[in-house]
Amino acid sequence: MDQNSAHRLKRRGLKFLHLVGLFIAMLIICMPGLWIVLSSLRPTVEIMAKPPVWIPQDISLDAYRAMFGGAGQGGIPVWEYFRNSLVISITSTIIALTIGMAGGYAFARYKFKGKSGIFLGFMLTRAVPGIALSLPLFMIFARVGIIDTHFAMILIYVALNVPFTIWLIDGFFRQVPKDLAEAAQIDGCTRWQAFWQVEFPLAGPGIASAGIFAFLTSWNEYALASQITRSVNSKTLPVGLLDYTSEFTIDWRGMCALAVVMIIPALTLTFIIQKHLVSGLTFGAVKG
Amino acid sequence: MAPVTLKKLVKSYGNVDVVHGIDLEVKDREFIALVGPSGCGKSTTLRMIAGLEDISGGIIEIGGKPVNDLPPRARNISMVFQSYALYPHMTVRENMGFSLKIGKVAQSEIDTRVNEAAAILDLEKYMDRRPSQLSGGQRQRVAMGRAIVRKPDVFLFDEPLSNLDAKLRTQVRTEIKRLHAKVQSTMIYVTHDQVEAMTLSDRIVIMRDGHIEQVGTPEEVFRRPATRFVAGFIGSPPMNLNEATVADGKLVFAGGQSLPLPIEFRNKVAAGDKLIFGLRPDDIYPTGHGLNSGEATDVHEMELPVAITEPLGNETLLFVTMAQREWVSRMLNPRPMGAGEMVRFSFDLSQAHLFSPETGKTLRG
Ligand SMILES: Nc1ncnc2c1ncn2[C@@H]1O[C@H](COP(=O)(O)OP(=O)(O)OP(=O)(O)O)[C@@H](O)[C@H]1O
Ligand SMILES: [Mg+2]
Repeated sequence: MDQNSAHRLKRRGLKFLHLVGLFIAMLIICMPGLWIVLSSLRPTVEIMAKPPVWIPQDISLDAYRAMFGGAGQGGIPVWEYFRNSLVISITSTIIALTIGMAGGYAFARYKFKGKSGIFLGFMLTRAVPGIALSLPLFMIFARVGIIDTHFAMILIYVALNVPFTIWLIDGFFRQVPKDLAEAAQIDGCTRWQAFWQVEFPLAGPGIASAGIFAFLTSWNEYALASQITRSVNSKTLPVGLLDYTSEFTIDWRGMCALAVVMIIPALTLTFIIQKHLVSGLTFGAVKG
Repeated sequence: MAPVTLKKLVKSYGNVDVVHGIDLEVKDREFIALVGPSGCGKSTTLRMIAGLEDISGGIIEIGGKPVNDLPPRARNISMVFQSYALYPHMTVRENMGFSLKIGKVAQSEIDTRVNEAAAILDLEKYMDRRPSQLSGGQRQRVAMGRAIVRKPDVFLFDEPLSNLDAKLRTQVRTEIKRLHAKVQSTMIYVTHDQVEAMTLSDRIVIMRDGHIEQVGTPEEVFRRPATRFVAGFIGSPPMNLNEATVADGKLVFAGGQSLPLPIEFRNKVAAGDKLIFGLRPDDIYPTGHGLNSGEATDVHEMELPVAITEPLGNETLLFVTMAQREWVSRMLNPRPMGAGEMVRFSFDLSQAHLFSPETGKTLRG
């Protein structure tokens, strides 16, 4: 009895320490995020104060009001930027996922010549820093006349994301035993049905995570977007952030507010999909 | 009615042939076992019948019609995989009903047939579980259930029991036998376990390196192996096989020890012939402890020292050294016996086999 309770006490103590440790780590990780949220609610004086004011004194939603107030009142066209970001990110994600699924499936299931070479080539495309591509891209796009269009941005993001989606999705299809698709074919499916009925649902969570990845990349990308987008036609939110800097001043509060607005859809999407991720996966197809 | 016929069936991967022109006729409702050592092409043959593997040459007919160009779904077959290949995202009920759902069968009909199969296999309690929540034996039964529900013309099994422990294996083996009696379909069963093959099948096909060595009933392949390979493969412990040379009516083994030439072969061999002599452990026994004590017609007796004994309860395996080789003998109604003891052994030469060392073929007519 005694020994048991002593043991339990010790375990509880350890657990408590564990939680405290985790809390501190999380605090450090989340600090910048929290600081952005806080800064979006405080006047510039307080943001710039030295030493920093830790406890906010003067909280207001002015920045958000100004932001959605429209361009006429000295605000920036947030709605347009938001729409551009959504259109570009969602379209490019869908395309990248479609190509990624087809490519990943091919890499996982079929043998063909130069397979590993092609695979390596995909990965190498990611070795080139994006910013180095911006000048040649700009010149080509300018010639073709697609500067400052959604199309240009979607094209870039698809190219950026496809290698990774293929790579990720290939891994997930590899984990689905080949026997399952064969069993489905014997059960009466065509190759195509077997894919949608069996292989796709099982690789689904993986495909979804590739989707999150592609979406976030496009949603947050700045370097290339800042070169190719010029106006409200195609400017995305990360580029829009720069509207808050003028020649002599930077509106930190407004910038932080816009950053918060950017984070929210990304977070929501990730949460929704992640929930699916956890619930979807229950293995046991083959002998465990 | 679904006989399965293989005509000159060939499978090659690139330049390598792994199945070399197999001919086989499986009758309607027959239970055929394909056995052979690992890598001999059993699975490949089965998968070609299923349509999962392209056929490099020859013809496969199911129900009298060539199916070479038909996809698996059009062949009306079911297959039980070694890995079971249950769909992890579906419940047992959905797994079993999947083929009917794909075939657009009415839901009420699906329910009846799934419940029927569940009753046969004693799966009713698990119908709403996922495969991950089942034991290995239960998964195996679900895999069989999924195969039954389709009411296929032909059942294909690829080592369906190899993932089960020994006791369960015996149990499920009996279930498969009962299933065959009940559903009356043609069944082709791949295994490398000769006991499974012997107990289950009407006929056994013994394969080796992409060839068929022999096709026959369990009795035939055991009593009359066509080749040295079959002789060594079927039977446990395996047949004693040793090289011998014919010299004046005797078989002389390495080291000079000899046995008389079995009566049956006297006019089939000539002096100087080199042969492989085979005799099953059942046919070498301490005098008075054999199967056919008293009835055998061609018995030779010899005094030999026992090297090792392996008591199994109702019988004891004795390892004796003769002609510089170890021979296995089976003693029925065993009496205690120690290593090193000199024992009088009977060699029942009427059961002996002789094989040509070059072709491996039997010399029995
Ligand atoms: N994709 C492939 N490419 C090349 N050779 C292959 C391929 N698949 C199988 N083989 C070869 O074909 C031969 C037969 O394989 P198969 O799977 O039919 O053997 P098996 O008799 O089922 O053996 P086991 O009892 O181990 O399952 C083997 O020698 C194997 O190496
Ligand atoms: Mg095999």
